[in-house]
Amino acid sequence: MTSHRKKDFKTANNTYPTNGAEVLLNVLSDLGVDLIFGYPGGAVLPIYDALFKQKRICHILTRHEQAAVHAAEAYARSTGKVGVVLVTSGPGATNIVTGLVDALMDSVPIICLTGQVFSNLIGNDAFQEADTTGITRAATKFNYLIKNNLELSKTIHEAFYIAKSGRPGPVLLDIPKDVMLAPTPYESEKVCSHPSYRPPVEPDRKAVARAVEAMRQAKRPLFYTGGGIINSGVKASEDLQKLVKRTGFPCTSTLMGLGAYPASDPQFLGMLGMHGTYEANLATHGCDVLIALGARFDDRVTGTIDGFSPNSLKIHADIDPSQINKIILVDIPIIGDVGLTIELMLKEWEKSPIKPNEESLKLWWKQIDEWRSIKCLRYKQETANGSVIKPQHAIRRLYELSKDRDKDVYVTTEVGQHQMWAAQYFPFDKPNHWMTSGGLGTMGYGLPAAVGTQLAHPDSFVFDIAGEGSTMMNIQELATIKQYHLPVKIFILNNHYLGMVRQWQELVHGGRYSESYSASLPDFVKLAESFGIKGLRANTIEELDPVITEMLDHEGPVLVDVCVEMVENCFPMIPAGSPHNHILLGPLIENEVKTKTTSKP
Amino acid sequence: MDWVDIKSLKANQLKDTFVTAVFSLIVENESGVLARVIGLFSGRGYNIESLTVAPIEKDGRKSRINILTSGTAMVINQIKEQLNRQVPVYQVINLDEQGPYVARELALIKVVSTGPERTEALNLADAFRAQVVDASVSSLVFELTGKTEKIDAFVDLLRPLGLVELSRTGIAAISRGVQTI
Ligand SMILES: Cc1ncc(C[n+]2csc(CCOP(=O)(O)OP(=O)(O)O)c2C)c(N)n1
Ligand SMILES: [Mg+2]
Repeated sequence: MTSHRKKDFKTANNTYPTNGAEVLLNVLSDLGVDLIFGYPGGAVLPIYDALFKQKRICHILTRHEQAAVHAAEAYARSTGKVGVVLVTSGPGATNIVTGLVDALMDSVPIICLTGQVFSNLIGNDAFQEADTTGITRAATKFNYLIKNNLELSKTIHEAFYIAKSGRPGPVLLDIPKDVMLAPTPYESEKVCSHPSYRPPVEPDRKAVARAVEAMRQAKRPLFYTGGGIINSGVKASEDLQKLVKRTGFPCTSTLMGLGAYPASDPQFLGMLGMHGTYEANLATHGCDVLIALGARFDDRVTGTIDGFSPNSLKIHADIDPSQINKIILVDIPIIGDVGLTIELMLKEWEKSPIKPNEESLKLWWKQIDEWRSIKCLRYKQETANGSVIKPQHAIRRLYELSKDRDKDVYVTTEVGQHQMWAAQYFPFDKPNHWMTSGGLGTMGYGLPAAVGTQLAHPDSFVFDIAGEGSTMMNIQELATIKQYHLPVKIFILNNHYLGMVRQWQELVHGGRYSESYSASLPDFVKLAESFGIKGLRANTIEELDPVITEMLDHEGPVLVDVCVEMVENCFPMIPAGSPHNHILLGPLIENEVKTKTTSKP
Repeated sequence: MDWVDIKSLKANQLKDTFVTAVFSLIVENESGVLARVIGLFSGRGYNIESLTVAPIEKDGRKSRINILTSGTAMVINQIKEQLNRQVPVYQVINLDEQGPYVARELALIKVVSTGPERTEALNLADAFRAQVVDASVSSLVFELTGKTEKIDAFVDLLRPLGLVELSRTGIAAISRGVQTI
């Protein structure tokens, strides 16, 4: 894709023909980057100038630097590539901090290039100077302040390697303006690694063998899968499916892992955790062997630590050794790439004909099916004309009306009730199709994430399942969507509340709805139209299907304002501080099945 | 220093057993590495009781950091792994876990006094094998190297004798025997 110039090629007057900015773009291009997200400013003007003069790298102008990072995150997560961000010094750099922490928490490989004031001004409180490496040290996997032009090429290679290897994460390069302007040697070396950086890869085979041995002895086994499987690559998901099928064990997933195992498969129990399904949570509570793969026992998954899966032997496979025994003490840790671990588990499983006791496994499934029969995700949608739309139903219809359209469907979300409903009611059968802010829970993620996803998959459907509150946090991205003709479908479940906050206030704070009403909302339809984007509204149930259909039929971007039930709560819910068997199912189901919440396997 | 072998603890003891630990880290000597290590401790709520750092190679590329910390055995294990995953960290060992080790620190202690107090201070210095590295008519600076407890004891004894200023390095530590990091 690019002609590799000779190393250390200098011009007649013994200097380099390219400046730092040009070298930077050349190296990015060598690394396979063809798209970057950013926002210009004084300290990065030389890079923008270099961008202007070339064609290999396309720059997407978001309308806020935070949005550039979220877009890059979603680009990365939906493609498996590294997302690249370019912003200016000072306010440009401080604006990306939320995005960096989001990427850090969710292990997304991101390279962030920030401009910095001239080297000789650093430390002088120069115009638009900020201590970017200081501010972002805890927000990145690693960061650099480039001090020397001779290091530029090498450092970019190194940064990419660090961002995508091991447990992926964001890496920031702070580049003073003089480095961008000075003649700089261009090196096209491929792999380059930091001398002290050694990410673990190969899992310990003995540990895998012990794990598989425990799996053979299991009576009530459960796979608990997480985002690490998706990070490991598509093959990890394929192998997971094989392993789950071969063993016949049930499988649950974290929010971040959705799609790694097909939701439509009967062995899938749905998501676990605070808003996970009844069957997934009770299976987690009651299992005797818990096989955690690429998941990290987040507190939204575990509930109270002491009550978490109290009687199980725990196997934990993760590439990051610091996740082992961090929250939950495990019996068999396996450190390494989870995809490799699954592959080895499969091989080990096939080695011997010894399989778990069929009778116990059957009993376990019988118990699970009993839990399942409660149908914890039921909701009641009135169908008479004029009835209020239930948010769950809106998501269900979005799924049903889009699934047979011969287009791949990608979903991004904002953060709140709608996010949990999307996780519950929009099934994913493939990895990399679900982009949500899990670890940080960043409102304002979904809209820019839809930008990044659509750019990566121009011919697919990209739905941003959103709340009205979150949408307001990065609403300026409507302009980005318009500028690049991105056919994103923004699906706002408008309940006029910061719904998740309202739900907690209802359930935990005595119904004191402190500041959770979304007052003074814009007319989203008119707002969209003012950006040149089609706006639609569904007020009542009979308008829902036609509006979704119109949205899907429209070739360009559409914003749909779905007016939903204002005070609907998201169930099941494990109240903070409770164990999994104290799961609340909501009034609809609890009135029907009074006794079930305390049943144990 | 007495130590608990974390590796011998049962799972349930990890959460309840409170231990101290001396970590020795070999790090790439680049800007920000110390901030990264310290930030990790403050950001995750771990203790630092003392910390020393200095280059250990001729070209100055690698440094050794010694950190004295305490916490439950589970937290100590966490600290080790969290340190280990930092990009500029080559190696981390928990000396308390590895086996017996020597830990020493150095203190410079200024005493301003005259007459019998000054004499008494000099006598104590003799007993503790502290060096007098600076003296004026009314002041003395002692240098003492040793275990933390020894320095604590010396300092306590000097307090009523005109101790006015204290500068301590924190510990440097190394394992006993042939074992290396
Ligand atoms: C940036 C940020 N600020 C605050 C929160 C806390 N928070 C979590 S959910 C939520 C409400 C979201 O409201 P909305 O987008 O309307 O979604 P809903 O819950 O109503 O579906 C808030 C304020 C957050 N997650 N992110
Ligand atoms: Mg809302």
